[in-house]
Amino acid sequence: MFAELNSILNTSPDSFKPGEFILVSDKHTDASFLIHHFLSFYLRAGCKVCFLGLVQSFSHYSAISQRLGVSLTQAREKGQLVFLEGLKESLGVLLQASKGTRTMDFLRDPSSGLRGLYDFVRDNVRGAVGGAEEWGPPVLLVDDLSVVLSLGVSVGAALDFSHYCRATVCSELQGSMVMLVRCEAEEEEESDDEGSERLLRGLIHQCSLTLQVQGLPTGYCRDIHGQVEVCWRGQCDKQQAQKKLFQYKVHDKGASFFARGMSSAVL
Amino acid sequence: MAAPKMSVGKPTADRLPCNTTSFQKKSRSKLVSIPGTRPSIQNGQLIVSTGVTSLDYVIGGGLAVGTLLLIEEDRYDSYSRMLLKYFLAEGVVCGHELYVASALDHPNDILQANTTLVLNKLYGTINKQETAHPEAAFLELPAPILDDIASPKTEDQAKSCDPESQDAMKIAWRYQHLPKVQTALASSSRFGHYYDVSKTMDPEISQAARCHGFYLPEHSTAVTSPTATTPGQSPMPETYSSLLNNLQEVIHREGFDGTVPQTKSRNILRIGLHSLGSALWGDDLCCRENPSHGHALTTFLYGLRAMLRSSLSVAVVTVPSHLIQNRALMGNITRLCDTAIALESFRGSERETNPLYKDYHGLLDVRQLPYLNCLVCDLPDNKDLAFKLKRKQFTIEVGLCHHNNPLERVVT
Repeated sequence: MFAELNSILNTSPDSFKPGEFILVSDKHTDASFLIHHFLSFYLRAGCKVCFLGLVQSFSHYSAISQRLGVSLTQAREKGQLVFLEGLKESLGVLLQASKGTRTMDFLRDPSSGLRGLYDFVRDNVRGAVGGAEEWGPPVLLVDDLSVVLSLGVSVGAALDFSHYCRATVCSELQGSMVMLVRCEAEEEEESDDEGSERLLRGLIHQCSLTLQVQGLPTGYCRDIHGQVEVCWRGQCDKQQAQKKLFQYKVHDKGASFFARGMSSAVL
Repeated sequence: MAAPKMSVGKPTADRLPCNTTSFQKKSRSKLVSIPGTRPSIQNGQLIVSTGVTSLDYVIGGGLAVGTLLLIEEDRYDSYSRMLLKYFLAEGVVCGHELYVASALDHPNDILQANTTLVLNKLYGTINKQETAHPEAAFLELPAPILDDIASPKTEDQAKSCDPESQDAMKIAWRYQHLPKVQTALASSSRFGHYYDVSKTMDPEISQAARCHGFYLPEHSTAVTSPTATTPGQSPMPETYSSLLNNLQEVIHREGFDGTVPQTKSRNILRIGLHSLGSALWGDDLCCRENPSHGHALTTFLYGLRAMLRSSLSVAVVTVPSHLIQNRALMGNITRLCDTAIALESFRGSERETNPLYKDYHGLLDVRQLPYLNCLVCDLPDNKDLAFKLKRKQFTIEVGLCHHNNPLERVVT
């Protein structure tokens, strides 16, 4: 959990808005440090977290969360965290030793879409019936959604998935959702058959808060790793879209955010 | 107080049969001491050397076990092949097991003791020797430069105790379990070696290594044409799925994924996959702008990543990226790998005669470095690097902008 990011977003583990769909996107850089922030944030807040880790193993997140002060293994044992290890499940599906679960079915047949993945989310996001209701509102974290595009799933199917999840998690259960989307498109390219740009635009339309991470436009710098543009999208009529731009640097145990030109390396 | 065993980092908790001291440092990490590996200075990850010490430095100390290095080939696949050979030669010297897959040349040539055609095109000369096997010796590995070339015999690993020496250590008994300093190949306590590319590796040394090969034409007979039994179309062509299955079978059979009981000593599997994505693998990624199996290679890499994360193995994959027209696809491929570098050689281009580049053979671009178990990765100081293949060393040096200042060099 990064304290400076909390103050930028005006949230804290004790008080945060319900029903938020937060979209984290990056272009030519890696924004997964924000996913670690949100993971530790919601675990500290006592929410029931469903994490779809499609690109890294559990031990990776566990090691980093340890440094941020949260123990994932404990959370998993207590039932607060449900973790889908995409890599592990995928082997069963890809290697015709087919004991694969239905969750990663899109690897076997990409045209069938992400139905299996949504079923997993739906089953795990509702609290256990009669069981411990002491966890807060459910949270869904996806890292990252654009990898399914690389595996053959169409943009429409990915957007359907996020729409269904939003309907279940945010509207029905008043929980929150955080998704990471990674883009690679150059600015000059108009025809983007790959679709990560289209996916990003579709998701921006659905979400309530975006954090767009990019490298510095002036080039590579050792002390400033990039910039983050935070954009609150106006949901109600009264609220207008609000944008803020920050620069950041990632440390071993966190990240610091500062206004442009205010990096400690420069001052 | 003698610290047990490891020179860097945290020691292992394994007990040795000849351990005469009960002192063991308490350590939270479960790092096993496997020859040829060491924990990384940055984050404690277990890393192996790529065989090229300057490349190790550029990618942050070495290749982490369980990760994948992507090499984007240069135009004639000369230097990327060289890097793959260095990687495999390092595996032989460290005693790791090898797995080589190629659609072009037969991997079994590595074990042949016969002399074959040695194509020394990097020096512009061709040395013809007795050709018992006319196929190009793709995997003739460069000879390691050892301090003392004693008679190369395969000895047991240094961990096993020598009965005579046990009697010899009566005073310094705390040093009993330290590995003996040996000059022959059996123990390579150094991290990273240097290789002489004008000579090939002694057949006795290379035969001591266990090598599994996957030669695509041999396996293609087992491949049947996909009939329309399944309604959806699988994204991976048969070539990639048979490779993935074969690799999984080798990993499982040799116990790299931890299924073998603890009596067998742990080892690393080095996987070298040559020229994936080329037309020889049945993939039209390099042939068309909108390939029909656009997601074949990415699905394969996803499966490979899953396999690497769950076993003690390291993989190097070379891809002919200069043939791939769709840049977005290359971005997807890069993101599914952990470390990615790209080579661009000057040979055949107008840069070869450019005086600016006269000291180098090509440019090396580090496209991606992994974040493994920590939030930061070791970002390099300088991003424009050039490489040069010398007889005894593959050097990578900083920055052509600094070519006026010969003192500014990357540590090799």
